[in-house]
Amino acid sequence: MSPARRLPQGGRIDRRRRLRFTFDGRSFEGHPGDTLASALLANDVLLVARSFKYHRPRGIFSAGQEEPSALVQLERPGGRRDPNLRATRQELFDGLIAYSQNRWPTLRVDVAALNDRLAPLFPAGFYYKTFMWPRWAWKALYEPSIRRMAGLGQAPTEPDPDRYEHRFAHCDLLVAGAGAAGLVAALVAVRAGLRVIVAEDDVAIGGWLLGEGSARVRLDGERPDLWLAQVRAELEAAPKCRLLCRTTVFGCYDHNFVALLERVADHLPEPPAGLPRQRLWKVRARQVLLATGTLERPIAFPGNDRPGVMLAGAAATYLHRFAVLAGQEVVLFGNHDGIYAIARDLRWAGARVTLVDSRQRPAPRLVDELRDLGCEVRTASVVVGTGGRLRLQQVHLTTRARAQETTGLPEVIPADLLLVSGGHNPDLALFAQARGRLVWEEARGIFLPGEAPWPVRVAGGANGCPTVAAAFADALRVAREIVIDLGRTPPSVPLPLVEEPGAAAIEPLWRVPMPKPRQRAKAFVDLQDDVTVKDLELAIREGYGAIEHLKRYTTTGMGTDQGKTGNVVALGLAAETQGTSVPELGYTTFRQPYLPVPFGAVVGPHRGRLFDPVRLPPSHAWAERQGAVFEPVGQWRRARYFPRTGETMEQAIAREARTVRQACGLMDASTLGKIDVRGPDAAEFLNRLYTNDWKRLAIGRCRYGLLLRDDGMVLDDGVGARLGDHHFHLTTTTGGAARVLAWFEEWLQTEWPHLRVYLTSVTEQWAAFALSGPQAREVLRPLVEGVDLSPQAFPHMSVREGRVAGVPARLFRISFTGELGFEINVPAGYGAYVWERLVEAGEPHGLVVYGTETMHLLRAEKGYIVIGQETDGTVSPIDLGMEWLIARGKGDFLGSRSLARPEMRRPDRKQLVGLLPRDPAMVLDEGAQIVEDPTASPPAPTLGHVTSSYASPNLGRTFALALVAGGRSRIGQQLYVTRLEGPPVAVEVTAPVFWDPEGKRLHA
Amino acid sequence: MVRYSIFTLARNALTGHEHWPRAWRSPDPRPAYEVVIVGGGGHGLATAYYLAKEHGIRDVAVLERGWLGGGNTGRNTTIVRSNYLHPESAALYDHAVKLWRDLSQVLNFNVMYSDRGVMMLAHSQHDVHILKRHVHANRMAGVDNEWLSPQEAKEYCPPLSIDPRARYPVLGAALQRRGGVARHDAVAWGYARAADALGVDIIQNCEVTAIRRDGARVVGVETTRGYIATKKLGLVVAGHTSVLCAMAGFRMPLESVPLQALVSEPVKPVFPCVVMSNTVHAYISQSDKGELVIGAGTDQYVSYSQRGGLQVIEHALEAICELFPMFSRMRMMRQWGGIVDVTPDRSPIIGKSPVEGLYLNCGWGTGGFKATPGSGHVFAWTIAKDEPHPLAAPFSLDRFTTGRLIDEAAAAAVAH
Ligand SMILES: Cc1cc2nc3c(=O)[nH]c(=O)nc-3n(C[C@H](O)[C@H](O)[C@H](O)COP(=O)(O)OP(=O)(O)OC[C@H]3O[C@@H](n4cnc5c(N)ncnc54)[C@H](O)[C@@H]3O)c2cc1C
Repeated sequence: MSPARRLPQGGRIDRRRRLRFTFDGRSFEGHPGDTLASALLANDVLLVARSFKYHRPRGIFSAGQEEPSALVQLERPGGRRDPNLRATRQELFDGLIAYSQNRWPTLRVDVAALNDRLAPLFPAGFYYKTFMWPRWAWKALYEPSIRRMAGLGQAPTEPDPDRYEHRFAHCDLLVAGAGAAGLVAALVAVRAGLRVIVAEDDVAIGGWLLGEGSARVRLDGERPDLWLAQVRAELEAAPKCRLLCRTTVFGCYDHNFVALLERVADHLPEPPAGLPRQRLWKVRARQVLLATGTLERPIAFPGNDRPGVMLAGAAATYLHRFAVLAGQEVVLFGNHDGIYAIARDLRWAGARVTLVDSRQRPAPRLVDELRDLGCEVRTASVVVGTGGRLRLQQVHLTTRARAQETTGLPEVIPADLLLVSGGHNPDLALFAQARGRLVWEEARGIFLPGEAPWPVRVAGGANGCPTVAAAFADALRVAREIVIDLGRTPPSVPLPLVEEPGAAAIEPLWRVPMPKPRQRAKAFVDLQDDVTVKDLELAIREGYGAIEHLKRYTTTGMGTDQGKTGNVVALGLAAETQGTSVPELGYTTFRQPYLPVPFGAVVGPHRGRLFDPVRLPPSHAWAERQGAVFEPVGQWRRARYFPRTGETMEQAIAREARTVRQACGLMDASTLGKIDVRGPDAAEFLNRLYTNDWKRLAIGRCRYGLLLRDDGMVLDDGVGARLGDHHFHLTTTTGGAARVLAWFEEWLQTEWPHLRVYLTSVTEQWAAFALSGPQAREVLRPLVEGVDLSPQAFPHMSVREGRVAGVPARLFRISFTGELGFEINVPAGYGAYVWERLVEAGEPHGLVVYGTETMHLLRAEKGYIVIGQETDGTVSPIDLGMEWLIARGKGDFLGSRSLARPEMRRPDRKQLVGLLPRDPAMVLDEGAQIVEDPTASPPAPTLGHVTSSYASPNLGRTFALALVAGGRSRIGQQLYVTRLEGPPVAVEVTAPVFWDPEGKRLHA
Repeated sequence: MVRYSIFTLARNALTGHEHWPRAWRSPDPRPAYEVVIVGGGGHGLATAYYLAKEHGIRDVAVLERGWLGGGNTGRNTTIVRSNYLHPESAALYDHAVKLWRDLSQVLNFNVMYSDRGVMMLAHSQHDVHILKRHVHANRMAGVDNEWLSPQEAKEYCPPLSIDPRARYPVLGAALQRRGGVARHDAVAWGYARAADALGVDIIQNCEVTAIRRDGARVVGVETTRGYIATKKLGLVVAGHTSVLCAMAGFRMPLESVPLQALVSEPVKPVFPCVVMSNTVHAYISQSDKGELVIGAGTDQYVSYSQRGGLQVIEHALEAICELFPMFSRMRMMRQWGGIVDVTPDRSPIIGKSPVEGLYLNCGWGTGGFKATPGSGHVFAWTIAKDEPHPLAAPFSLDRFTTGRLIDEAAAAAVAH
């Protein structure tokens, strides 16, 4: 049994196959080739949605991506929920499950439709004027109810099981839109040998020629299908051409960077194995041609939103493409010649048609022809209202002259379909995104493309061409320009002979004139957000006449359709109401994306494991085997501690820390940033960046270096080693590696380009293992070749090259624990091997492997700072008590001038000190505040904060480092430290070095 | 001024809303004003309002080159909070948060301030340290801020993923319950209407093209609508401050960069609060209309181009989908950018300038919307008395020469 409104033949549907689907739980059938909207219409389902604000019943308004009303929610297996889908664009598949949105309890009986009754209380911007009393009620009452009412569909609740791909592509020409114009242009470009990408939103090429045009136009005497098939074949065969259907150009960004979204599997229940759901293309095109055609616009009149009111062109598309006659008793209302052909088609398909033309004198030929077919034609007439509850039942007509009168009733005629057409707007959203200027043409009331800042061109309907023949010619001309611009010779592309109706004459009409007191009349401009003519008038009356204010105050054009059909109407109306012109009023910014794009598609593969790739040091696999606990440090994952069976974190750290000081310990320090600096001016360059003097550093020696920002604050630290006259090896903090290199490069490239210095990041090239403790030398000795490890030959702060475990190595005698220490650097590929040799060699000496937590504890005992912990961008070397690192007389360096400011010497600046809690078991909170008066209640002044805090097994008590105002002069004083729970606790201020202040162990 | 209320709304409903007056007049500029404010964003309009309201200075014009609120005021993600690290900042922003509380009532315009709570996530030990430091510092400053465990964070924001296997697992969060969001346009309109009612001239489509000085003093401005004389000129032009200051003959320690944001299609309520994460870099809330409002980052390079690129958006959405995997199928509806004026220490500049009679209110960077009422309030005081309001005093321009910085970048990385 064929559904009610499906014609027995015709259309681009595959009648042999039936697809089952449900809408709000009711089952229906459609065919491959259908959209959800065409299938619903075929089944005589007119009511599909409720509007945003008034919850008015809404139907299907268009036949394409511009749909403002027919938004539905799709539920697919695996938690795939998609709210707010345009039914007019969703291809039907077997088993599709769709629901209506924004209604309760059902679509037919929606309690919130009460809003419609109360509409007089809810004009544009009503919420700015009320809900203010009492104050508490906004959060408790009003806002929650507004929120519940608003929104459309429901967000998914499950993680998205689908995959999304990103592709990068380059081309000479990107063509957006494969209608008549886009295809001709593509042919020209392909034959000229250019690399071409053609993107078409629809499932097939052809654009308007697929639907209405297929009935209206003959190419070389044939239906357009034949020509389309030829073009398709040629484009598909061309090796340098890529034809992408189901692909939306959604963003034109700077300099022809263009983003495309390909819907690979949205027409299927779920993506087939191996395929993504969608593919996002990032295209860099030398030239862009926008052949995006036109969008039909409505006319505002009261009741223009009822299910059964539709754009005229949409009805033609449903008829010709989907073989659906959307109504039997049709009223067609418009202001241009184009509607006559549609009336004729509908008549032929069996409908009764009344045509209402707002113009005084349409061409008599058109009128006569229709009348001969048995249609009624009213000229100089307008639709002033509609009737019916959940679907259209009547249309109210009157003459244009009488429309504004309050007396006299309009004529009421029965109708189940009301088609409107106010003309066709070139679709210039992408052109405007590319910052092309739009120019107003008064005669047709449309925008046309003006100047563009880079090679973006427009052809065909989007360029204002009224006919296929004109679009062909336009595309040919523009494509030739492009080919010549790109240095090629334009090929000959013979065009088919076009038979079609002539250009349609039009008289712009934004709205039907209405009588003054029109209390209840709602003439909609924005169907999705329920914006009416009255709303626009109110906004203008209240001074929100600037086009952006109008948009924001009334929300017109702010729905998911971004006002694709209604915006120009709103603009025309606003200009009319304010007695100005459209160009003077201007237009609102067209923003990306052209159509909504799933977050997942924008994210592409960068999810889960690939969200931000994890960097792992060479010992990672070994550490995992040992059951280490890891922590994220920047992009790295580092071992935090190595618990033995049954150990708590505190116990593990105590053991690790004690062992390092008593025997020795090994830690993977490969994450430290490493920069190889070479060139004749290397020392000079470093002298300008660091506080230290590098020119005086001997080859083979190391130096602890401090980097300042230009404001004199500490930026980063590390150890630099001089490997040759013109060669340094620098380390940075783990987190600072990228920042420091970028900082170096910025200065080198922008300020001192004449310095002969070359920087290479070698962080990933060198594995670096810190071995420290009294036994370190003994552990290392059997593994080392070619380096004398004795203190005399290899003193603290020096570097040697040799072999470790048979692998070429650089040995640094440096320490971050305060114990005798070596840092063994080997090429990263040997890292894991050398690591295990070191562990083995250490075993007889009681070596312990330790993680970041113990490292932090040990260095804090020694009073060594950690960048980002003891510093936060507000701390100078003077504050840290590290003035000794500022080389005198070496000349200028970054930050030196700032350090000279009197402010930097203020005695009450925060200075680095140690803290010993009075209760030796109390671990202070890192970040806790330091106060003088423990009883002061907030707001109270504070002296500083705890930067690091630990329980130390080596000291047998807890301790902390802190930045305290005038701290060095407070040593010995008692201060208090805040806690999140409980009152502040007493601490004694001390010097910041708790372990081996003389440094004997370092030099051992 | 016709009062807005449910009663006037109902009364006007009876007459088809035909009789509402303009929210503010549209006067032609007069030849001279006692005070001229350049910039019809929230901060400029609030300044004019408080000048008239608190200081009785009503001979004031606000000059806006486009439409009110068309700058960052109408482009931002409207996060309001005051849990800044340094006591000077906390005091300034908290002054604003207190004014937000009954701003709707004071202005008689519903700015929809919704204190739904702002939660900042910690993803590493370093983050934990920093956020706890904020909590401790804020408590001593008398600003509410509390520490939440991952579980508590999830209870406060159910869509949040606290999966410990995540790339950057949530290790805790700092929550300021008094923080929230407001309706950005309404803030501009509400201040405009209230200022207008007190006699302030609000002049749109009036671009300042030159600043006239007589020696060290300012005497007036050239505009696209003619010359306007004034002895007191307040510049409140956010991203264009450097341009205006160049007209007055001095340079500013500011960088102007595009900052981007986006919204999703509207859906029924799913997201109860505001969540920010500095480490994965994203922030998100849901508007009353139902859109997810998502903040992205700034471009890497300075520019005045108010437009968005895709890669910055990509980065923000990666973070959102990581924290809220169920939003992957939500769709981005609009993206845009605004030009923010960033200072070296990420704190604003409020106060006098090297030119006598020229006052500055700028440098709010990526996070000045929250300060709108407080900023206008202290700036009006500063202009009226020709000396900095005590809360504004630490934010003087000369801190960049003395070195007495208030570095909020230090411990925050971003400050929205
Ligand atoms: C994407 C984005 C997200 C943000 N998110 C947040 C957030 O979540 N929370 C938060 O607190 N802050 C946020 N901000 C920052 C916040 O928007 C700004 O700090 C704040 O709005 C600045 O207000 P303003 O009134 O100073 O500036 P604006 O609103 O920009 O107003 C300045 C005005 O000056 C005008 N003007 C410029 N030059 C001239 C001239 N020559 N003559 C006349 N008029 C001129 C401009 O047209 C403009 O209207 C965000 C900003 C952006 C861009």
